[in-house]
Amino acid sequence: MKDLTVTVDSLSKVFNRRSIFDGVSFTVRVNESFAITGKNGSGKSTLAKLLCGLLSPTSGTVRLGVGGKEVGRDEMFQHVGLVAPYINLYEEFSGAENLRMIGMIRNLPAGMIRQGEELLREFGIFERKDDEVRTYSSGMKQRLKYAAALIHRPEVLILDEPTSNLDLEGVGAVRRRMKEQVREGILIIATNERSDLEFVSASLDLDLPRTLMRDSSRG
Amino acid sequence: MVLPRLVSGPSVQYLESAVKSLFVPSYQIFLKDSSSELRTRYALNALFMFVVTALSIILFSLGSESVSSDVLAGMLWVIIFFSSMSGLSRTFVAEEERGTVQTLQLISRPSAVYVGKLTFNFALTLSLNVVIALLYLLLVNGFAVQTPSIFWATLVLGSCAIASSSTIIAAIIAKAHTRGTLYPVLSFPIMLPMLITVIKATQLSMEGAFFSEALGEFQILISYTVVLVAVSAVLFDFVWRD
Repeated sequence: MKDLTVTVDSLSKVFNRRSIFDGVSFTVRVNESFAITGKNGSGKSTLAKLLCGLLSPTSGTVRLGVGGKEVGRDEMFQHVGLVAPYINLYEEFSGAENLRMIGMIRNLPAGMIRQGEELLREFGIFERKDDEVRTYSSGMKQRLKYAAALIHRPEVLILDEPTSNLDLEGVGAVRRRMKEQVREGILIIATNERSDLEFVSASLDLDLPRTLMRDSSRG
Repeated sequence: MVLPRLVSGPSVQYLESAVKSLFVPSYQIFLKDSSSELRTRYALNALFMFVVTALSIILFSLGSESVSSDVLAGMLWVIIFFSSMSGLSRTFVAEEERGTVQTLQLISRPSAVYVGKLTFNFALTLSLNVVIALLYLLLVNGFAVQTPSIFWATLVLGSCAIASSSTIIAAIIAKAHTRGTLYPVLSFPIMLPMLITVIKATQLSMEGAFFSEALGEFQILISYTVVLVAVSAVLFDFVWRD
């Protein structure tokens, strides 16, 4: 089993003198799934961004440990994948071009980049892979975001509103991936959908005093 | 032999991995920006229109007047400066407008983004400056270069200097609401020493000076570029992240 942990310690974030949250602490280990819940504006997306290094905390720490070593913020991108509504892909390029480009910028081996096409197939947009992303529907863009976030096989997958814009078939593909991610690494989701919470072993409600809900029956 | 220890083993592996982790992603970001620009032509159209308009105004206003080499050299760099201002910020502003900044932050190190954007801006500036210089040489009456080696070296080194300063300024202003105004305002004081130097070097090329006489100007341009790239490489991490 891989040695993999995400440790959040006394985390707080302040935007323009407004405290979004403070004193958030939790640890997620390999083969665990974790949910961040809370009302709109409670800071779910902010916490998701902090977890993947897109934002710096006002105080506290986010530590990613892989193989017993702490990963620096500059190297986090190699281990983390994020799917979120605020992540956009390049609309002037096709879906396949976006994936190839992301793979090349990530400096992935050619074999891994080629397997990106399998991800397009898995998420049901292979037929439209050569069309410009600007012609995609919002659901198709969401599916492409999954392929882009998974191309480097991240140990930690963070999903902010994982099923937004997706039809039943898309939701099914995402659910399968979520289960697979828990088997291989760590899954963290920011959501308010009850159905998403079925997959998690622990959750944190940002609206409540800092309580960590754990379900020992799930991995 | 002792040499092989220097060129093989861990040091070479380290160098190889450093090159791979920085320059391969940077080159890919450069390719992405280049093909994106060729498809959308945001910066190219703005630059082309600016150059055509500025040159036409200069041609109409000069008419058949004979103007001193100082003024002609100055006007050439005025066109280059303002055309750079109209297009070079696109490299970061476009990422901000399309909402792809976070995508780029998620897939690469800040250093790779900086080097990729710097390379793209250098390529764009150099090709733009060559076009401007050729048009200027062809169309502007009395603009005669006596020492082409000084002129073209000034153009290349000037392009390096413009790219090095405009890249970090573009990264800074991309997050501002009034970015259109801020860019030239912030750029002017930073580029002023470089502009004075390139204008002086261009004058030397028109006066038929020897190449060695312009070495002082070239040293200033190289130093300017090295200092700006070094400072930008350190600062970029803070600018690029929140």
